[in-house]
Amino acid sequence: MTWQTVIGLEIHVQLSTKSKLFSGASTGFGAEPNTHVDLVDMGLPGVLPVPNKDAFLKAIRFGLATNAEINQVSSFDRKNYFYPDLPKGYQITQMAMPIVGKGSIKIFANGEEKIINITRAHLEEDAGKSVHDLFEGETGIDLNRAGTPLLEIVSEPEIANAKEAVAYFKAIRQIVTFLDICDGVMAEGSMRCDVNVSMKKVDDSELGTRAEIKNINSFKFIERAIAFEIDRQTKILESGGSVAQETRLYDSVKNETRSMRSKEEANDYRYFPEPDLLPVVISDKELEEIRSSLPELPEQKEKRYINEVKLEASEARIIASSKTMANMFEEACLKTDDSSLVARWLVGEVSALLNKDNIEIDESNLTSNNFAVLIGRISDKTISGKIAKSVLEEIWESGDGVDAIIKDKGLVQIQDESLLESIAKKIVEDNPGQVNAYKGGKDRLFGFFVGQVMKETQGKANPQSVNEILKKLLK
Amino acid sequence: MLQKKEISNKEMVEDTFTLIESNKHLNAFVTLNKEVSLKKAENLDNNPSNLPLAGIPIAQKDLFCTKDLRTTCGSNMLSNFIPPYSATVIENLESAGCISIGKTNMDEFAMGSSNETSFFGNVENPWGEGLVPGGSSGGSASAVAAGIVAAASGTDTGGSIRQPASLCGITGLKPTYGRISRWGMIAFASSLDQAGPMARTAEDCALMLNEMCSHDPKDTTSLDENIPDFTQNLNSSIKGMKIGLVKEFDLSKLDNDVVKVFEESKRHYESLGAEFIEISLPNISLSVPTYYVVAPAECSSNLSRFDGVKFGRRCENPKDLEDLYVRSRSEGFGDEVKRRILIGSYVLSAGFYDAYYKKAQQVRRLIKNDFVSAFEKVDVIMSPTTRGTAFKAGSMGSDPIQMYLEDLFTIPANLAGLPAMSVPNGIVDNKPVGMQLIGNFLEESKILQAAHSFQTSTDWHLKTPNGDIS
Repeated sequence: MTWQTVIGLEIHVQLSTKSKLFSGASTGFGAEPNTHVDLVDMGLPGVLPVPNKDAFLKAIRFGLATNAEINQVSSFDRKNYFYPDLPKGYQITQMAMPIVGKGSIKIFANGEEKIINITRAHLEEDAGKSVHDLFEGETGIDLNRAGTPLLEIVSEPEIANAKEAVAYFKAIRQIVTFLDICDGVMAEGSMRCDVNVSMKKVDDSELGTRAEIKNINSFKFIERAIAFEIDRQTKILESGGSVAQETRLYDSVKNETRSMRSKEEANDYRYFPEPDLLPVVISDKELEEIRSSLPELPEQKEKRYINEVKLEASEARIIASSKTMANMFEEACLKTDDSSLVARWLVGEVSALLNKDNIEIDESNLTSNNFAVLIGRISDKTISGKIAKSVLEEIWESGDGVDAIIKDKGLVQIQDESLLESIAKKIVEDNPGQVNAYKGGKDRLFGFFVGQVMKETQGKANPQSVNEILKKLLK
Repeated sequence: MLQKKEISNKEMVEDTFTLIESNKHLNAFVTLNKEVSLKKAENLDNNPSNLPLAGIPIAQKDLFCTKDLRTTCGSNMLSNFIPPYSATVIENLESAGCISIGKTNMDEFAMGSSNETSFFGNVENPWGEGLVPGGSSGGSASAVAAGIVAAASGTDTGGSIRQPASLCGITGLKPTYGRISRWGMIAFASSLDQAGPMARTAEDCALMLNEMCSHDPKDTTSLDENIPDFTQNLNSSIKGMKIGLVKEFDLSKLDNDVVKVFEESKRHYESLGAEFIEISLPNISLSVPTYYVVAPAECSSNLSRFDGVKFGRRCENPKDLEDLYVRSRSEGFGDEVKRRILIGSYVLSAGFYDAYYKKAQQVRRLIKNDFVSAFEKVDVIMSPTTRGTAFKAGSMGSDPIQMYLEDLFTIPANLAGLPAMSVPNGIVDNKPVGMQLIGNFLEESKILQAAHSFQTSTDWHLKTPNGDIS
């Protein structure tokens, strides 16, 4: 039997507003417990929420960037449940009339493009945190996070596997960071997601029973949790059982999902319209202002890089996929003529270093100025590509200027043809055996001679010249 | 009535506390604010002020948060709660010069029509031993009726200002929903709650209302509308004013004497030049059931924050989280509050929402529309405020429905968000009777005008249990 996996994601994006969704308290991360809290966040008797317009503007930016319907009249509802970190005993959310309606986003996974439809995106307030390790035998409550604005983005159940789920999450992260509506810092909980996984027979039109895995906050864990869940559900179904509808937790240490509560134990949230808030109305003028202030988005950038800058499609996609990478590319291109060389270096050597250190380009020592100079020195043949790589590594470590590094280390490329020719001649003379073998048809030995010249010149020889000279000498 | 007396501010406040003491049996106050009040009065004596209500002692319903002064909402749950902030309406009144001398007793969380549900005990009506003052603003009504204060604040969700005003023989006004900020008012039913003044006369209510109203950015449901001087039209003639009588209000079921009083008031209005027109509010009979879905639904959610975790009452030695919730709430809330939380949770629960809450909201819109059509024909609508006069404590028995019907005439104005007031218009069996005047949206001035013209030509509002005020 072949089973088809159906995945839907609910992504919670913390919007980077200065103050909370319904109060004037700061949303700053990492403060002393209960210092970013005002009367409203504590849910004191008699307090009332006042919506933060900036959160709406940011949500609308997301909607416009994902070709979504914007509901110019949206409203809030109460979701009622008891929990110590939920001060009012209800969460204010948007159930009936969310600010953002149906939209879509393009992802790239398993070597191909796919459109994932987005059902809706709505605003809601975050809860506080229970603190279990501060007081012996007691639980503390930190309300700093309570009331932080979240945009909950709900996908259609159209995601087919773990790779697509990760690609979708990445695409959402890309868009919200490009739009500057979320810092995208997963480690601080700026983006978290709930994953719904179900399995069905390929021919079935109905979806199978789903399990919801709560609160995952890294790409790696999304992939692993889904893989575990697919395996678990397949085993159940293969053995003739049925999957229970339940909420599960992913344990990253044991790499497994565990049942948290069953459908029967699920809360009845008793949703009803929030009577303390009137519907929020966005005028046509406001909507147009937001639309005209939208930055160029990854997809548009990618197209422009291919059509106007003439980059390779794969390079264009990688550069356009990250805001910091795209910024670096565009700034460096302004300062040099060779855009395709800039692109090749960004996608190649620079990306390799970023991956190694697991950082974003704006966290590295590389500035667009320095990068542009480096590309310039390659173009004007002051240094070879190989030397450039070591210069880049030096910049990575020290942040020093390209020309200073070249000068200090004497890395200027040897262009002097007669000097190179005399070095090459000597090597040819010293290795008669190899020369004979080469002339006898062992073409691969050409690399040996190039290598020897490079070794002799400490890598500073212009490789193109070396090639030409050697070809002439070995004819 | 709120004019300056020929005594010092301090003497006035001292007198007020003497009156509170001599009326202790009324149990009208939960918490007194003596020290602060005396200090404020002394300050005023030393630095005379031109503020409109400078030095006037008023009583505040114990549902408004008062900074550093205990606010209980009539509940054991909040018997130890001292708010770190004051309600906007409290700030408005105090910055107009009022002195908040204390917090008045009330039905627990404003749920009740007789002031029998307060954790701090029943309030007595000064008109007779064992008589209820009505509710939920019973403490405020009783304090004004007994002459302890000239005015008090109240709140009205389904009649909580007007019904006790009627039963205690004073004047009380519930403004248009949104006129007075709800910031700092402990919520019962957010879409219905509205604060308002309770005083001897319509004129005093107008003076109070002038200071209580404001557009408050902290309450998004507070109206951003022009706030008139509510005293301006008081003396205008009501000649030609069209007063609506609701066809669907069946007065034949009321006490004969109460109906007689109502008919007399009609004749009096006619003598002042008003014209009576019968109007129809076809959906009005659905008001009470609609209210008892909407109000409990909102209350069940509003009262969730009282969970023993952050403020208010917490049970002793909770075993675990569940135990903390269950015992804190079981011990903290009284029966009527529990009943309404249960009803509210039920009507909002999955599978029942459409049949109850959603349907109730639809009916509410119909009732609102009925009023819109009616006000195309009339200036104000007049009815009795209550079905009868003040009743004995405990006499409603164990059937809560009987008590719920107390608000038959008052609930519609809350559902429609309209201004309405109760005005004393007679005495039956030595107990006061009130009539209700309902105005169109934002037209408090018109009902105040109608009430004032009645009061300048009758003396029902001057009758007190201790004799007439001259």
